[in-house]
Amino acid sequence: MSCAQTVQDYALRSIGMGERLLPRSDFTLCEQFTLIGSGLIWNIYFGVFALLFGFFLATAVAVARANRLWIIRKPAEWFIFVFRGSPLFIQFFLAYEAFVLLPKSGIELNLIFTEITADTRWLTRAWAGALIVLFLNTSAYTAEIFYGALRSVPKGDIEAADAYGMTGWHKFRRVIWPTMLRLAWPAYTNEAIFLFHATTLVYFSGFPAWQQKGDALYYASYFADKTFNPFIPYPIVAFYFILLTLVVITISSFVNRRLNRHLPREARRPIRFRPQVIR
Amino acid sequence: MGGPAVFMDMFNSCSDPSALEGISWLACYLTSGKHLGFYTSFGTVMILLAITAPTALLFGFSGAMAARARFLPLRLLGKGYTAMVRGIPDIAFFLFVPIALDQGLEWMRHKVKCPDWQEPIRQGSDFVVCAQAKLPLSTSPQWVHETYGFFLAVLAFSVVFGAFAANVLFGAMRAVPHAQMETAQAYGMTERQSFWRILVPQMWVYALPGLSNLWMILIKATPLLFLLGVEDIVYWARELGGSKTSIYAYPHPDWRLYYFLGLLVFYLSLTKLSEIVLGRVTVKLSRGQATLAGEAQRKAAG
Repeated sequence: MSCAQTVQDYALRSIGMGERLLPRSDFTLCEQFTLIGSGLIWNIYFGVFALLFGFFLATAVAVARANRLWIIRKPAEWFIFVFRGSPLFIQFFLAYEAFVLLPKSGIELNLIFTEITADTRWLTRAWAGALIVLFLNTSAYTAEIFYGALRSVPKGDIEAADAYGMTGWHKFRRVIWPTMLRLAWPAYTNEAIFLFHATTLVYFSGFPAWQQKGDALYYASYFADKTFNPFIPYPIVAFYFILLTLVVITISSFVNRRLNRHLPREARRPIRFRPQVIR
Repeated sequence: MGGPAVFMDMFNSCSDPSALEGISWLACYLTSGKHLGFYTSFGTVMILLAITAPTALLFGFSGAMAARARFLPLRLLGKGYTAMVRGIPDIAFFLFVPIALDQGLEWMRHKVKCPDWQEPIRQGSDFVVCAQAKLPLSTSPQWVHETYGFFLAVLAFSVVFGAFAANVLFGAMRAVPHAQMETAQAYGMTERQSFWRILVPQMWVYALPGLSNLWMILIKATPLLFLLGVEDIVYWARELGGSKTSIYAYPHPDWRLYYFLGLLVFYLSLTKLSEIVLGRVTVKLSRGQATLAGEAQRKAAG
């Protein structure tokens, strides 16, 4: 079988398109590259959506954490503590077991006018359940980063905003938030990179891979189990992830340039990739 | 002296669980043989932490020293080691390192013990070494197999966390004020002396934030033992929590959620405790240091 044929059969295997059966023997390098690359679709899906939604929740939690009112601050502190203080692996298991316990038939919601049945089965599927966990998890980590940045917003900036008569939402949107984002951006980039790395945990925790649709590491471990040779599939995963990391850094440095565009050149903070693994 | 007698009585009453109810059922359930295995596995996690932390520190220290070396190949090795772990998900390492180590060790033993073996080691999808080279030998008892698996897991953790520690320590060594090293040279210390007597004692305070961060990450990485096939807390939580039909001594529905909640609480308390302890260590290490924290302490002492 030619490599082009393999790509056609397996490039979208992880989302259920193309050949149904995985290769069983005589694995070629092309097959391993294609299938593992196909699995990467899931890593990107989880990473992009968790970051996208997490960004907003994280901003809200960070602002809540900086609030002076006890009743607003405490829940934010607990949210951050629970998700940062426990392993993501356990969070996945816990969420899965909780979702499984929801009634299969769905939950009857009694609204005043009508009754609707909320379907809950999709929550036990990785695409939704794991995404929720990753979303909450990255929100907690990002909120901590944003909170730190919020506290380092220069006092002069806020005083200047006050002097211009800015208040409330206007002041936040125009002065505090952009500065917070600028200060937090290098750390946030690292968080994004490690979130992408953390997506490899999904199919090794509670969430089962349905019809062998898994992520990059799922297929890599499939090959390693079948061939008993870890020296080919895992380096392929490594290769893909280094590529993904480079893409994240590139995109992020564009944003960073925009956030810092008003500053003199030497005051700009470059993005440095600092390792901080597992969550 | 009724205490032990009552205690023994409680255990004796567990012989027929179906007759029990309420609190006494729960007490018997939580002290069943399998649950004792579950509690022991918390010890496994602690042992892993206790062995991995110093080993990783040792790996990290060697890595940082190698990265500082003048000898180019050694420096490249050190830098390569730290760079290796950065862009790649650590779980990939945890899956890769144990198999690779296992095969590496078996291959070396194979070369030594069976020099006249003709067939290739990789036969299609199989990895075949002679029987004497197997690790552990197929004749050895079960506990040897389990210990060997645990040992590989510890090594995998140490390799990965050693790389991160190397990165932290390398930065800490560079953070020690240059004037300190120059003073050491002015006193006529050799390079080796100034490294061990000036640099190493002073670098810890700079390394501590990074190292405490690593410790937190290490704690949160321990459930990955489950992926390496060690019977750890995650394994037992799944095993014990799954619903048990009436053929079991203690039938119950799916309780895995509660077991995992227990694990969550365990990890949260472990990280909280570490936070408190590490905070105290930071205060202690800052004493007499040429840093802001050290200066603040000196002023407070008057």
